[in-house]
Amino acid sequence: MSVRIRDREVLDVQLRIYEPPRFFEGILRGRHYTEVPDITARICGICPVAYQTSGCLAVEQACGVTVDGPIRELRRLVYCGEWIESHALHLYLLHAPDFLGYESAIHMAADHPALFERGLTTRKAGNKLLITLGGRAEHPINPRTGGFYRAPSRAEVEPLVEPLQHALDETLETITLLGTLAMPDFERDYEFVALRDDDGRYPIDRGRIISTSGLDIPAEGFDEHFVEEHVAHSNALHSRLRDGGSYMVGPMARYNLAFDMLSPLARDAARAAGLERSCRNPFQSIIVRGVELLYAIEEALRLIEAYEPPDPPAIALEPRDAVGYGVSEAPRGILWHRYQIDASGAIRDARIVPPTSQNQRAIEEDLHGFVAGHLDLSDDDLQWQCEQAIRNYDPCISCATHFLKLDVERD
Amino acid sequence: MSATPSKPKLAVWKFSSCDGCQLSLLSCEDELLTLVGQVDIAYFLEASRAVVEGPYDLSLVEGSITTELDAERIHRVRRVSRRLVTIGACATAGGIQGLRNFTDVEDLIAAVYPTREYVATLEQSTAISAHVPVDFELQGCPVNKYQLLEVIRASLANRVAPIPASSVCQECKLRGNNCVMVAHGTPCLGPVTHAGCGALCPSFNRGCYGCFGPMESPNTGALSAWLRKLDLDDVDLVRVYRTFNASAPAFQRESERYGRSA
Repeated sequence: MSVRIRDREVLDVQLRIYEPPRFFEGILRGRHYTEVPDITARICGICPVAYQTSGCLAVEQACGVTVDGPIRELRRLVYCGEWIESHALHLYLLHAPDFLGYESAIHMAADHPALFERGLTTRKAGNKLLITLGGRAEHPINPRTGGFYRAPSRAEVEPLVEPLQHALDETLETITLLGTLAMPDFERDYEFVALRDDDGRYPIDRGRIISTSGLDIPAEGFDEHFVEEHVAHSNALHSRLRDGGSYMVGPMARYNLAFDMLSPLARDAARAAGLERSCRNPFQSIIVRGVELLYAIEEALRLIEAYEPPDPPAIALEPRDAVGYGVSEAPRGILWHRYQIDASGAIRDARIVPPTSQNQRAIEEDLHGFVAGHLDLSDDDLQWQCEQAIRNYDPCISCATHFLKLDVERD
Repeated sequence: MSATPSKPKLAVWKFSSCDGCQLSLLSCEDELLTLVGQVDIAYFLEASRAVVEGPYDLSLVEGSITTELDAERIHRVRRVSRRLVTIGACATAGGIQGLRNFTDVEDLIAAVYPTREYVATLEQSTAISAHVPVDFELQGCPVNKYQLLEVIRASLANRVAPIPASSVCQECKLRGNNCVMVAHGTPCLGPVTHAGCGALCPSFNRGCYGCFGPMESPNTGALSAWLRKLDLDDVDLVRVYRTFNASAPAFQRESERYGRSA
């Protein structure tokens, strides 16, 4: 990251993503549409289910099929597992140490062993869900286009309840703790973008794209309203609104746009931790993530209670010459896929817009504003707090979580 | 946490990858605290902003080499590592991004990025062993976390990790699975794929798709003949061998019998 400062004025902030390009959209060309969930899962080891889900939705739309009923419910349940796993990882192991003044979760563990273990057991409850329903936590093998290869029995699903209930209680305690943390004083007026679930639930597995300023479009309307740009300093494409600037996706966006869809327990926990209905301090995202973690655990328990194994576990798809779009709420925000397939089932064209590239511009603007307000910090402190500001977004580029080399040029 | 001299130093390095393999280390929920007590996790950027100076007793390397800078960096990693173990399909066989090795990388760049000159990349995605000597290669996309722990323990104790190089078929037999290929006519790479997943896919009524890469001395020709009987054509056969371990020699050779294009 580079920051240029002259005469107490921040001239420029650039976040460089060094993650070498892997060309997924290129290598998907010529592959069979059934391979989409297996191949795109490998884009991210932390949120493979998000890639699998958005990919399946897009392929299914291309084939003229909407997956509903018990298959969709099972998909949402698997997705809850990923939210739990991913949010717990970020909240306890990557972000909390910043607020408590430790360089890592391992350093934090020495003084706060219970908090560290709570992070691990909560994450384990999510991973157990992924392992039971998906086969494994990293790159699950059970999701497929049209549904699942095998529907787990009720007997297989029952043992998930106890660890989730335990995690629920612990998450409530954690949210209370998060409410006591000192938050840097920093707010911005964001344009939030998230999904709205068609069944009136908190957005996770699919929905229409909505925004603070009243956007309300289906996945296929994305290109009309958003544009991706290639900038010289980063390997991630930047997104912006065609008729505006940056926008934010992820927990804060969902919280602000779908607060009413949270469970009563989650809403109460948010208020008790000092959150308003609207939240514009990005550092408070750690509390918002805690509230979403609570919701995902509750939702998983609800879905397990209502679970009936889908029979058959997948809907048969018939490929045709068509384009399909899919969007879902990855833990870090909306993840959009578009595929053009042909009648043989081969993929002719693929496009994927992940959450981190959509947030990149907002991250740079946060840093710009934050640095401007904290020019008196030493370079070391400035670096740490800037890293923390980046971690507010839980960027899924691992190297962006702890890699930071901050070059401060003070003229 | 202070670095105790008596504790061996562990480093985790990332190259081009999805982070899934190093994440499996954080997924060792029940074992992580014990591990932290036994080794000094001296370099692990995914999890910590603190960096302890090398040299390291054990370096775990995730990811493949796809840029000039990384091709230089891996030599520096090797120089500060007493033992170097690759974890996962990217580091061991070039990974899914190794599919570029079968096509023109310029076409892939054009498919993704609007501005050619902003993209720095090598034409090939290569395994770590193509650049520096490697002490052990742990296969899998992603690796099995229990095997990863075993490799760490074995490496630090100077013994050979007991990782069987047999096939997924053996694991199916141990689990008592019906053979999906014999019983249901489902194409399955289990007969040529390295064990380690615990026969996951057949346990979910699907065929193995080879994410652990080739077993030791696989008879791919015989399997391809079987797959043809299940109506797979040349295009299908190229696809099944060219996924996450496409550049592993045994899978690459077999896919090239059926066509160059991916």
